[in-house]
Amino acid sequence: MRIELLNKYFKMDQLPHIWCPGCGNGIALGAAVEAIDNSTMDKDKICIVSGIGCSSRASGYLNFDSLHTTHGRAIAFATGIKLANPELNVIVITGDGDCTAIGGNHLIHGCRRNIDINVLVFNNNIYGMTGGQYSPTTPRNARTSTSRQGTVERQFDICKLSENAGATYVARGTVFHYKHLIGLIEGAFKNKGFSIVEILTPCPIQFGRRNKTPEPADMMRLLKNSTSFSDDGKTKIGVFRDEKEPEFVSEYIKLLSNEGDISV
Amino acid sequence: MGEALLMQGNEACVRGAIRAGMRFFAGYPITPSTEIAELASLMLPKYNGKFIQMEDEISSMAAVIGASLCGLKAMTATSGPGFSLKQENIGYASMTEIPCVVVDVMRGGPSTGLPTCVSQGDVMQSRWGTHGDHPVIVIAPSTVKDIYYMTIKAFNYSERYRIPVILLLDEVNAHMRESVVIENDVEIWDRKRPLTRENHKPYAADEDGVPPMGEFGKGYRFHVTGLVHDETGHPTNSSEEAEKLIRRLHYKLEKSRDDIVIYEKFKTERCRTLIIAFGSVARVCKDVICQINDDSIGLFIPYTIWPFPDKELLSLIQKNRIERIYVPELNTGQMILEVQRIVFGRCEVLGINKYSGELITPTEIIKCLRRG
Repeated sequence: MRIELLNKYFKMDQLPHIWCPGCGNGIALGAAVEAIDNSTMDKDKICIVSGIGCSSRASGYLNFDSLHTTHGRAIAFATGIKLANPELNVIVITGDGDCTAIGGNHLIHGCRRNIDINVLVFNNNIYGMTGGQYSPTTPRNARTSTSRQGTVERQFDICKLSENAGATYVARGTVFHYKHLIGLIEGAFKNKGFSIVEILTPCPIQFGRRNKTPEPADMMRLLKNSTSFSDDGKTKIGVFRDEKEPEFVSEYIKLLSNEGDISV
Repeated sequence: MGEALLMQGNEACVRGAIRAGMRFFAGYPITPSTEIAELASLMLPKYNGKFIQMEDEISSMAAVIGASLCGLKAMTATSGPGFSLKQENIGYASMTEIPCVVVDVMRGGPSTGLPTCVSQGDVMQSRWGTHGDHPVIVIAPSTVKDIYYMTIKAFNYSERYRIPVILLLDEVNAHMRESVVIENDVEIWDRKRPLTRENHKPYAADEDGVPPMGEFGKGYRFHVTGLVHDETGHPTNSSEEAEKLIRRLHYKLEKSRDDIVIYEKFKTERCRTLIIAFGSVARVCKDVICQINDDSIGLFIPYTIWPFPDKELLSLIQKNRIERIYVPELNTGQMILEVQRIVFGRCEVLGINKYSGELITPTEIIKCLRRG
């Protein structure tokens, strides 16, 4: 992240952040801030909404209107905000557990409505804040504090899930591919509809240490080597969907009028 | 005197809410509250207001809080099982001091219970449903007219004290139809606004314990969190700040307690026996008092069941030297616990309880009174 953006968009008195050494959340947030800076959005009309978890602490570090909500509910709060004031640019910062486990229902219904909200999912494949339990995106066989012999459950593909639920902008990037990631987030901001960017980010402390990649550099290398811009069997990164469809709030406000009798 | 209109309790709730300035409603269908959502969806767009049917009760409560942060007066409505789901974010609204109104039309429980039948089983859930120490205002109207005017009160309180206000209806008064005279002059309160955007501290309270409230998108750039926070709105682990915050959340209601409590004394001038009842049971009891025509029996109706009008009840007990209190309720005995706390052994307190899903009748109550 360009250093001048720190003073411009961060609440310096709220730093240092709570994230562990080697965590990728700072890079993901940096990319989001660069995308905000590159956009033409009125900075007083930006609203950051987050849930609960490591990534969700991001909202308190940024110098915008910001709402740190309950676990999993960020998209639901954001829905109320966007409908109440359609002028606002609503950015949800959430994690894999927050967004796809406890908040999974709100995610799919946000997608279905195609409400103009931008969701950035910091996916580190683990519940970091509570000490490393498996999440809906933990790979099979990965070891976590609640799956010490290896995770038995299958994992969600957040992009496929969102795309099939109706999101109109769906992309995946990583904190290793930083410039690419900024472009993906900019694409989300440009879409008038439900946009979601899955950001793969390392958690060396809670995930790496249990899965033979304890060093932050190992995990970054893994991100580089396990992802690809093409369909070659690796985890694909890039834009999966970017289409125009009727957006919920702009459709709803067509119903509004001022014909009500004031003495109800 | 204004126009008299025949309306259902749930309808009175929506009309009262719009009169109070409600411009946002989020809900999820559930019997016996659904008419509130249906009517809100129809009426709100005509007042430039917004309605959304969310995917569940949790998200409805969340959307309402989000809308309130954008400056709109917002409400949701539900019943027993849905009220349980809303508790998570009712706690959030309480902690973050975001005004909102939550209607719970009580039905038989626990669990799915008796969806189409009446109950008063949520007295304690309305007070303690969400976790942690928190202040709350719960208003329980008795008639359809009460519902109209007390919905307005619920909005007024929530705006003035920045607190979620629970409006506790029940299946009987929510579905009953009565005429309501719509008065021309009604007092409407709005939340306090910050005087300036400079150095805005979103949780710096005035003398009344209530901080002025900015809104999103107006350049305040403030942070809101359900974590313990200081005046800046940012999370803190300071035990001093934690205690200060919890103390203030309670203080703001305690300080204005006398302005908040609503109650009615019905034929209590010379009574030595008192009936205490709320909601639709209160109207049954009014009928009882009129039927027996015995001035030794009076009726006390708490409309704010939380905070309970304890000082007022106590002074009546002492002034009249009340010997016995009956507490009829449509549950196994919830409000009676609060009454016993206040009475503290000064006189006998007896419950009259019905939990079959039917309303208690005047005859049943009179039978209990005569049994002595």
